[in-house]
Amino acid sequence: MSTPLTFQETVLRLKQYWSDRGCILQEPYDVEVGAGTMAPETFLRVLGPQPYSVAYVQPSRRPADGRYGDNPNRLYKHQQLQVILKPAPTDVIDQYLGSLKAIGIDLSKHDIKFEEDNWEAPTLGAWGIGWQVMLDGLEISQFTYFQQCGGFELDLVPAELTYGLERIVAFLQNVDSVYDIEWTRGVQYRTVRHLEEYEFSKYNFELADVGMLWQLFDLHEKECQRLLKMPDTVLPAYDQVLKCSHVFNLLDSRGAISVTERVGVIGRVRKLALGVATAWMKRNEAAA
Amino acid sequence: MSLPFLLEIGTEEIPDWMIIPALNNLQDMFQALLDQHVLGGKVTAVDATPRRLVLRAEGLLDRQADVEELVLGPPTSVGAGAAAGFAKKMGTTADQLVTQSTAKGEYFSFAKRTQGQATSAVLARELPNLILKIQWPKTMYWNDKATRFIRPIRWLVALLGDAVVPFEIAGVKSGNITFGHRILGKPSISVTIQDFEDQLRTNGVILSANERREKIEAGISVRIKPDPDLLHTLTYITEFPTPILGSFDRSYLDLPQEVLVTVMRHHQKYLSVEDADGKLAPHFIAVMNTNADPDGLVRHGNERVLRARFNDARFFWDQDQKKALTARLEDLKTVTFQAKLGSYYDKTMRVVELVKQLGGDERAALLCKCDLTSDMVKEFTDLQGIVGGLYAQAQGEPEDVWRAIYDHYKPLSMEDQIPSTAAGRILSLADKYDTLVECLKVGMTPTGSRDPFGLRRAAQGIVRIIVEGRVTSAPPLEGEFLRDRVEYYFRDVRGFAYDEVRACMAAGWADLLELETRLVRVQAVRLTPDFEPIAASFKRIKNILKQAQFSDSTFHANLLEPGPERDLYEAILGTQGQPLESRIGPLRPKVDLFFDKVLVNAPDPNIRLNRLALLHNLLTEFSDLADFSEIVTERQS
Repeated sequence: MSTPLTFQETVLRLKQYWSDRGCILQEPYDVEVGAGTMAPETFLRVLGPQPYSVAYVQPSRRPADGRYGDNPNRLYKHQQLQVILKPAPTDVIDQYLGSLKAIGIDLSKHDIKFEEDNWEAPTLGAWGIGWQVMLDGLEISQFTYFQQCGGFELDLVPAELTYGLERIVAFLQNVDSVYDIEWTRGVQYRTVRHLEEYEFSKYNFELADVGMLWQLFDLHEKECQRLLKMPDTVLPAYDQVLKCSHVFNLLDSRGAISVTERVGVIGRVRKLALGVATAWMKRNEAAA
Repeated sequence: MSLPFLLEIGTEEIPDWMIIPALNNLQDMFQALLDQHVLGGKVTAVDATPRRLVLRAEGLLDRQADVEELVLGPPTSVGAGAAAGFAKKMGTTADQLVTQSTAKGEYFSFAKRTQGQATSAVLARELPNLILKIQWPKTMYWNDKATRFIRPIRWLVALLGDAVVPFEIAGVKSGNITFGHRILGKPSISVTIQDFEDQLRTNGVILSANERREKIEAGISVRIKPDPDLLHTLTYITEFPTPILGSFDRSYLDLPQEVLVTVMRHHQKYLSVEDADGKLAPHFIAVMNTNADPDGLVRHGNERVLRARFNDARFFWDQDQKKALTARLEDLKTVTFQAKLGSYYDKTMRVVELVKQLGGDERAALLCKCDLTSDMVKEFTDLQGIVGGLYAQAQGEPEDVWRAIYDHYKPLSMEDQIPSTAAGRILSLADKYDTLVECLKVGMTPTGSRDPFGLRRAAQGIVRIIVEGRVTSAPPLEGEFLRDRVEYYFRDVRGFAYDEVRACMAAGWADLLELETRLVRVQAVRLTPDFEPIAASFKRIKNILKQAQFSDSTFHANLLEPGPERDLYEAILGTQGQPLESRIGPLRPKVDLFFDKVLVNAPDPNIRLNRLALLHNLLTEFSDLADFSEIVTERQS
């Protein structure tokens, strides 16, 4: 067997692969998000009738998943490769399987299965139908046909492919801990990211100032509402939604949200997200 | 001419649990289509893999028979002009008309012949609709919004004899081209009705689910924990299943077996392996969707995933032990039970109170939900309760307490057992009762197939625990929802006749053990020859009282006339205090005679009212046992 790819080679190969199939290559969105889906390149671009295909690596922050760098498989921040193909081509699954070959997986020697796993994000008014893709018993991807986003039924059904990069590379390199992944030759994932996992776990679970977070939440919410009343500020307004969402996740990992508050806060984020989607759609229609 | 038919709906991977109902639905609809359009033929087989639904039929006509019907025109008396008009309307000429005599006179008429359509044309027209009408729990669109299916349709094979039945769904045209296994087969294989299954087999697809199941079973050479549901799933998530044996380090066997099995079964879809004594062995069976694992890569990969999962579980276990269950009670304030119903802390307090009233174990009630904040349950939610029980045991709680916690979600299904200890039964009962009552209170009544809080299951659990666990200190049972579950339980689960259940429940159902006793009695007495006639009379009495709008009236024995009326009264009096079983015999002839000879609707209103009162008294004699008018009898009077 040839030498397995490093973390960054895997990313490069996948980007090349999707670039060859007509995708725009984007860089990660620079506001904290919990998943690649939340980046505007997905959340907003799937709305409306314009075809759009894009691929990007999205560092995804989930404060409550942090483990101080102690757990071999759990991370506060993991890297997702996100691919949106809008509309989904009829051979989308074959294309996806081709991407696995491109990173050195000989499918004739492995077991691949598509197991039912529908996706739903109530805060984004979004859901889709799809699978988790299992490779030799390991979930390596989520595959979703979006049906609704921001409360709108979609004009063109996109396929969303998300690759859990750490998992896939750990599999390719046959290591049991993500920290043992070779990022590039001679440099381990541990060297690049461990400190970040430790410090942010500490911050997210112990140190984040709850009072300040609540204030931030209110401020970002107000700013979003203000922007939604103005023309041509849909994208800035959406940044404020993302800020609210991240602050909410931080409050959650600090155990600062009571049961009664929780429903209300989720409702507030959702309302903002739906407001942004509505504004985006209106602008689409006006442009058409 | 008689033709075979083949339909294959090629899709992306359909969830395993939806396939059988869909196949049945397809079979029924297609047979109905053949029958409705008189195309002849019978569906002979349906089968499926995750990527294809297949239907075969035999004996189809190549076209519908022509139909001739006689169309009546104008009377012959109106003359030739009208005849010509009628002929024109029928698309013919006047000389083709015949004369038809009817009771009203003679009429022009025409033997109109409708030519049968070609079967292929009928199928081509009807199939798109039929396919899209297959019922699924949740559908999607992928091309145009109006076309919904469970997953995208990617190809369609539709053959009538040697010819393609041409139609189109969401841009996919039917043809004779199928697709093989994603890895083992070729795409785009042309097939005939005859070679279809062989072509699939050559291309890595075993169409027959039975054969796939047998292939899995035949490939397992170790003793496994029997698991028909998982085997079913594995059969329907594979097109070419091949089992492989994997192993894990013996040291993981220190973890509770429940945890190991859950990880393997629910998360990895592995069958658990047992040693000769029935104990869990450090092996598992994974079922691949391919033909071989030549380099052992698949086994190795699965072992690696399982190791990580087991490590997680071990980590969770160790981590969770750092905070005792008792210390987790406060944390439940941040765990939502239901938005309108507050936190699990609130729920716990209600359950503790209820358990106290019912004489259960309060300590168990206090701790029963504390495992919800553990890492183990957050990761393996199916293990809620079980983990709490195991932790309570590990933390030195008495056996009564930890067993009650361990069991308190039971029974999880109709097949599942009820909790094994008295304390467990009370706790489970109280927990379910609280869920049910509180959810109904805020209007979360299940509708149709939607029952997000599992209220039906909770109610069913309540009924089973009380009856099968002989629980004498049950909370008050009332309301239509619970009533339906009680009725369902005794009728469908216990097999009592529906009218016996209704009759007995009409006499009260708050005490289920007492209800069960009455049901057993009524079931037995029903077999005696006098029962049905007397039940029929009871129904009659009820109708009479209803028609007379009888509410209540004092009965006066001195108003009775001698003969059948007084005889009946004395029979009632004479048998009073005896059980139903020995009263029916003496009463029945008296009742019959009464209805034969006595006019209830007597001209004297006082007599009439008194007779109604007598009948009313008779009816109420047994009303604490059952309402016999609910019994369905042969002799409905």
